[in-house]
Amino acid sequence: MNFNPKHILGIKNLSAAEIHFILDSAASFKEINSRQIKKVPTLRGKTIVNLFFEASTRTRTSFEIAGKRLSADTINISASSSSVVKGETLEDTAKNIEAMHPDIIVMRHSASGACDYLAQRLKCSVINAGDGTHEHPSQALLDAFTIRQHKKKIEGLTVTIAGDITHSRVVRSNIYCLTKLGAKVRVAGPRTMLPPGLEKLGCEVFTDLREAIRDVDCIMMLRIQRERQGKTLIPSLREYARFYGLNPDNIKLAKSDVIVLHPGPMNRGVEISSLVADGPHNVILDQVENGVAVRMALLYLVSGGESVQNV
Amino acid sequence: MSTESVEILDLDGVNRALTRIAHEIIEKNKGVDDLVVIGIRTGGAFLGEQIQQRINKIESVTVPFGSIDITMYRDDLASRGHLAVGQTDIRFNLDGKQVVLVDDVLFTGRTIRAAMDAVMDLGRPQSIQLAILIDRGHRELPIRPDYIGRNLPTSRNEQIKVDFDEQNIPRAIYLLKS
Amino acid sequence: MRVLVKNGHLLDPVNNIDGRYDVLIEDGKVAAVGADLALAVNDAEIIAADGLLVAPGLIDIHVHLRDPGLEYKEDIISGTHAAAAGGVTSVACMPNTSPVIDTAPVVEYIINKARQHGCANVYPVAAISQAMKGDVLSEMGELKAAGCVAFSDDGVPVVSGELMRRAFEYADTFGAPIISHAEDLSLVGEGCMNEGDVATELGLKGIPWVAEDAATAREIMLAEFTNSRLHMAHVSTRGSVELVRQAKARGVKVTCEATPHHFTLTDEAVRGYNTNAKMNPPLRSQADVDAVHAGLADGTIDAIATDHAPHHYDEKNVEFAIAMNGIVGLETMLPLTMNLVRTGVISLRQAIALMTCQPAAIIGIDRGSLNVGAVADLVLIDPEFEWTLDAKQLKSKSKNTPFDGWTMHGAAIRTLLAGRTVFQREQ
Repeated sequence: MNFNPKHILGIKNLSAAEIHFILDSAASFKEINSRQIKKVPTLRGKTIVNLFFEASTRTRTSFEIAGKRLSADTINISASSSSVVKGETLEDTAKNIEAMHPDIIVMRHSASGACDYLAQRLKCSVINAGDGTHEHPSQALLDAFTIRQHKKKIEGLTVTIAGDITHSRVVRSNIYCLTKLGAKVRVAGPRTMLPPGLEKLGCEVFTDLREAIRDVDCIMMLRIQRERQGKTLIPSLREYARFYGLNPDNIKLAKSDVIVLHPGPMNRGVEISSLVADGPHNVILDQVENGVAVRMALLYLVSGGESVQNV
Repeated sequence: MSTESVEILDLDGVNRALTRIAHEIIEKNKGVDDLVVIGIRTGGAFLGEQIQQRINKIESVTVPFGSIDITMYRDDLASRGHLAVGQTDIRFNLDGKQVVLVDDVLFTGRTIRAAMDAVMDLGRPQSIQLAILIDRGHRELPIRPDYIGRNLPTSRNEQIKVDFDEQNIPRAIYLLKS
Repeated sequence: MRVLVKNGHLLDPVNNIDGRYDVLIEDGKVAAVGADLALAVNDAEIIAADGLLVAPGLIDIHVHLRDPGLEYKEDIISGTHAAAAGGVTSVACMPNTSPVIDTAPVVEYIINKARQHGCANVYPVAAISQAMKGDVLSEMGELKAAGCVAFSDDGVPVVSGELMRRAFEYADTFGAPIISHAEDLSLVGEGCMNEGDVATELGLKGIPWVAEDAATAREIMLAEFTNSRLHMAHVSTRGSVELVRQAKARGVKVTCEATPHHFTLTDEAVRGYNTNAKMNPPLRSQADVDAVHAGLADGTIDAIATDHAPHHYDEKNVEFAIAMNGIVGLETMLPLTMNLVRTGVISLRQAIALMTCQPAAIIGIDRGSLNVGAVADLVLIDPEFEWTLDAKQLKSKSKNTPFDGWTMHGAAIRTLLAGRTVFQREQ
C-alpha cells in the first residue's frame, strides 16, 4: 500500500490498513535502536521542530531521539501555553517558526484541536504529540505496537483502559486505534471521570474496576493527576487507590498472561501498586522503547515527497 | 502501451550463473573463512540465499547469511515519496568479515552505494564485494561488480524482470521493452 | 412628505391584517392602511411592493452593539446598519460595554448617538448590578428615567440569590423587567461547548444542560416569589423551555426568547473546532433544538432575538478553548426564521409576531404594529429570495458567523425607519 500522510493529527481518520502499515514500518525502525551505531541517514537535511507548549519530557525526548536517529536536525522549543498571557497568538508563533523552513513540526499543546488548527494554517507537516484532551496518536500507536509485540496480534483481544477517562489525552486515540484493529475496548473509572457518549466511540463502560478487568488480555492504567485530589472528581488518592488501583489481588481477575501498560509517569501506590508496576505482567518499559521506533516511523512517513509510481 | 518481453535466462541459465558465482566467491576468497553473504531486499535477498546455499553445499559449511533493507539509505526519498521500509535481518557481527553483497540487477549503482552505507553502519567489514545476476550498464557512480551472472547492455527505457516462484526461487529473467 | 407602499402583502399581527393592502405614510407615521389607497393619494413617493411581504420593522431585543468602548468589534452606526440590512428597525442593546451601561450618561450617549447617526431605534438595557459585578444594584430609577427599557447582567449571571431577589423587587418598582442570562457558573466550570457526545469526541470540556436549567429554575422561582417580570434570554435547553412553559401555566410573569442559532444548529457544528460555533449558551443537542421548535410553535417562547455578538477576527482565530463566545446575528435572523416557516415549524404570522409585536411587548416599546398613528417602521420582505451569505459582505464590523456560505431563503428588500428608507437591497 501507499500511505502518504501530510500530517499525523489523530487516529480517528486512519484506516486499519494504515495503522498496520505504520506499525510494520516501526518494526523496521526498531532494529536500528539495538545497533551499535543507532543512526540512519534517512532524514538527512530535514529539520524537525519539537514545539511544546506544555512540558512533557518523555514525549519530547522520544521524538527528539527518533528524529536524531534518522539524521534529521531536531530543535526543541518550549513555548508558554497561554498565548493570551504571552501576547502572541498560536498562529503567529507557528508562522514565525515556519518562516525558518522546518519540514516537520511536532506539537504538544494544552488546547484540544490546536494541532488541527495549526495544520490548516501551515505548509509544513504537523505531528500531534498530544492536543489537550483530544488525541495523542503516537502514544496510541506505541501502545498498539507493544500489545502486538507481546500478543502477536490485536484482533480479538480485550483491552481495559482505567482511570480518569475525561481528562486523558490518550484514551480517545487508544479507543480508535484498538477498535479499528479489531480489539474490544473497555473503559473504567468512577462516574465523575467518565464523559458521556463513550459508547459511541465504540467501547464498553464500567464503573467497577474488578468487573472491567475480568478475563481481559491487556490493562492500560491511566495516570491520575494528583492535583485532582480533593477537587470535585475524587475525595482522596487513598480512596481512589482502594477502588481503582491495580494491585496483585485484583489483577488475578484478568487472564493469567495479561499485560499491563501505563503511558507514564506512574503514581506508584495510586493507580498502580509497585508490585504490579514491577511485576511480571508489566510491559511499561517496552512501551517507552517502542515509542522511539513508532515515532521514527511517523517522522519518516510524513517526510516523503510527492508520491511517484514506479520510478 | 504494449510491453514486449524477451527471455534472457531460463531456469537452467539462472542456476548455472548462480553456481558459477558461488564457485568464484570461494575461489577469490581462498575458502570461506570470515565470509558472509548479505542480500539486498527483496530480489537480492532471495538470490543471496541461493548463493549461500550453494557455497554451503560446495564447502560443507554454513556461511552466515543476512538480508538488508536499504530504503532508509536511499538518496531519492524526497522524490519517490514513501517506500515501505523493510526490515534488515543480520544476526551476526560484521567486523573483520568478507562481506559479499548480492543484488539482482546492477543499474545506476545507487542502490549499491546505499547498501554499502547500510553495511558500514552495522560494523567494519574487512572487505565488501558485489555479486550481481544481471549488469545492465548505465552506471552513475564508480561501482564495479566482482561477480556477474550476465552482462546485458540495455537502453534506459527497458526494464529487467527477475521472475521468482512461490518459494522465492528464481526461475527466469526477462527483458521488458516498452 | 408622503410615502405610499403599494400592493404588498401586509402582515400585521396586532391588527389582524393579512392581505393585499397599501400603507400610506405621512411625516414618518402610518397615516392610513387600506386597499387601493393609491386612487385617493397624489404627490406621494410610491414604493411598489408587489409580491413582497410588508410587515412592521423587526425588533431584536438582544443585541451587543459594543459601543461605547469596544468599537473595534462594532459601534452604534455599523450595528444599526447591520440591523437595517436584516430588516430590523429596533434593537435593545446589552450593557456589557466599556464602561458598562450602569449610569444615566451612558444610556443618554447611546440614545443620542443612535438618534443622530444610527439607522435603527436603539433601546439600552442597563446593568442589574454596578459594573455587572453582582454586588450592588445599579441606579435603576435614574437609568429607567434616562431611557433604558430593562435590566440585565447579560453574559455574567448574578450569582447571589439575595441580590437577584432585590433586583426583581427594585426593577419592578420602576416598571422594568429583568432579563436573565441563566447559568450556574459552578456547573459551567471551564466548559466551552455543550456537554455530550461531540464534546467527548473532540476532547473539549463540556457545559451540561443542567447549568442552564438549574439557573432558569431559580430565576423563575424568584420572579414568582417577588411577583415581578422576568424575561429569560436565549433559552437553549429542553429543560428551560419546559420550566418556562410550566411557569406560564401557573401565572408567573415570565417571557423568554430563542436565538436563530439555537433553533438552527446543534453542537455538531463545533466539529473541526469551528470557533464560529462557540457561543454561550452553547449549541445544544438535536433534542434541545426540537424542544425550542416546540416552544416557538406553542407560544412558550415569546420572541426571536439574535444575541448579536460581534467579535474581531483575532478573537475567533485562536484555539477553541480561548475563543470568545458569540456570533453576529442581525443579518441572518430573518432568513433563518423563514426556514422555520418553510419547514412548517411555525406559521408566517407567528414568525412575524415573534420578531415584532411580541418582543416589543417584552421591553414595553410602542413599536411592532402598523396602527394608524404609529411610527412607520416597516420592512419589505421577499420570502422566496434566494441568496448566499458571504460573511465578508456583512454590514457588521465583525464577520463571525457560522452561516458563511449558506444558501438563504428570504431577505429584507427594503427597510423603512419612520418612513425613511434606511436600507435597500441591491438586486
